[in-house]
Amino acid sequence: MTPAQTLPMAASDRRLLVLVGIVLLALVTLPWLGSALIVDKLIYLFILVMFAVMWNLLAGYAGLVSVGQQAFIGLGGYALVRLVEAGLPPFPTIFLAAALTGVVAWALSWFMLRMKAGEFAVATWVIAETIRSIVMFDPIVQGETGTSLLALNAYDPDLRRMVLYLLSLGSMVVMVGGTWVLLQRRIGAESQAIRDDEDAAASIGISTFQVKQRIYIIASVGCALAGALWLASAITFQPRTSFGVQWSVFMLFMVLVGGIGTFIGPILGALLFFALQEIFGDFGAWYLAGIGIVAILFALYLPRGLVGLWLDRGRDEPLSLRKRLRLRE
Amino acid sequence: MMPAMTVEPILRAKGVNKSFGALKVLFDVDFHVMPGEAVGVVGPNGAGKTTLFGALAGSFPVSSGAIQLGGRDLSGTSAAERCRLGLARTHQVPKPFLGMTVFENVHVAARAGAGMDQTRATAEAADILRRTGLMPLANRPAAALGLLDRKRLEVARALATQPNVILLDEIGGGLTEAELVALVDLIRSLQADGLTVVWIEHILHALLRVVTRLVCMAEGRVLAQGDPRDVMAHPEVQRAYLGSSPE
Repeated sequence: MTPAQTLPMAASDRRLLVLVGIVLLALVTLPWLGSALIVDKLIYLFILVMFAVMWNLLAGYAGLVSVGQQAFIGLGGYALVRLVEAGLPPFPTIFLAAALTGVVAWALSWFMLRMKAGEFAVATWVIAETIRSIVMFDPIVQGETGTSLLALNAYDPDLRRMVLYLLSLGSMVVMVGGTWVLLQRRIGAESQAIRDDEDAAASIGISTFQVKQRIYIIASVGCALAGALWLASAITFQPRTSFGVQWSVFMLFMVLVGGIGTFIGPILGALLFFALQEIFGDFGAWYLAGIGIVAILFALYLPRGLVGLWLDRGRDEPLSLRKRLRLRE
Repeated sequence: MMPAMTVEPILRAKGVNKSFGALKVLFDVDFHVMPGEAVGVVGPNGAGKTTLFGALAGSFPVSSGAIQLGGRDLSGTSAAERCRLGLARTHQVPKPFLGMTVFENVHVAARAGAGMDQTRATAEAADILRRTGLMPLANRPAAALGLLDRKRLEVARALATQPNVILLDEIGGGLTEAELVALVDLIRSLQADGLTVVWIEHILHALLRVVTRLVCMAEGRVLAQGDPRDVMAHPEVQRAYLGSSPE
């Protein structure tokens, strides 16, 4: 008897991965062909994808529903400003800023992760606001005024845009690919078990704190990296923007509308959110109304998000990480 | 069957007390299980049976007293560590991972509890699903299971962690007679493979087909333990079950 096996990846998923590969190759060549405007917009899209994928890893897979990831988005940007101010070269420092933010996340994790569900969510926001207030005391930030990453102005704008584009694209690919690998490793299954029932997870031998801590740090470093990249594209660092709760609202929207707890959901959600911003962006306040209406429509008619288009028909969504046993009996 | 290589108990509770705030739930519980043995735990509702399991499995720290597994003191070890040391439990109210399939529930237990890699965990999970009769439901979402299948999943998931000792908490309630026979056969076959079983159960006729020793608890205390017939005939046990007249 051959040993039991799980079903291999569906043929449609393999085709989809080939298509994704082709799109990525096209994206690599784009800055040499596309206009500056398109390149700038794509940088923003890549950053949105990173935010969505990281928030989904945290909340959708590990059950750590945070409304304070802007703490790390802001810290990533702030660390970048500070380090560049100290004389470090801007582009490589983006990664150093993310790594340093990871150290902060590690320190915070010791007490943040003792809290459960609602407590945790509220505490994440409180921490984000606290960190923002502290950062505003920094003389170079000048309170509400903020500061600029002037060192980046020394570069030729086209070169700067191209480097930032490639760094953002590369970071997104590593983050999304890394999440794909991570979720198939033991820690991926363990974090889902914790999300579903923490006591039961402990009872089957899962070190719940350590698993949550790793996911929390990874998601924070991811947000910090995307936050630092966003700052490098925006140039201006303002605490109210970088540490703004709107980032959490965006992440929630993208992940819920795409499909929480699925691999592809947040990516689809980011694409949809990006498209909505493009469509409604020119209508001022109507932009927020449009986003709100879309959220309500999803809650009413497609509560599982875009992946519900597959799940509601009893099928797995594309690139599902669900493990299915091959049944021969 | 292997001859017993040791006379030391594999699991032991020594003078265990447990209070939740002002409420005292366990009083000086002394109790042991020998390797390969099957022990039944009975007693009226509220006797502290499930709390005893929680104390043994490390769901919460005991207020005083000690718990030993294979001669090793477990104070300060987490529930997860106890599981990896070979002490598994089921939950009275099933706690399936609702966002996963039945197979994934068992698979993650084999990986986390027994440290198996993907391939071995898959083979092990399939084997356990077959033994527990869950194979036809393997790819169903756990959320779609009814109570009886959820109880079965509790057992399957605990087994996947490759325990030496398994604590079973009321897994027989609500089963039909035929299902009870299958459950008894399953537990006997696990015991034959060397697993030590501690089983809380109200359905005595099923329990007594498996266990060779009985522990009766009431109001947080061990009233009697030993040969099942002696325990059931014990006057205090009779009183606990049939109700006592005011003294």
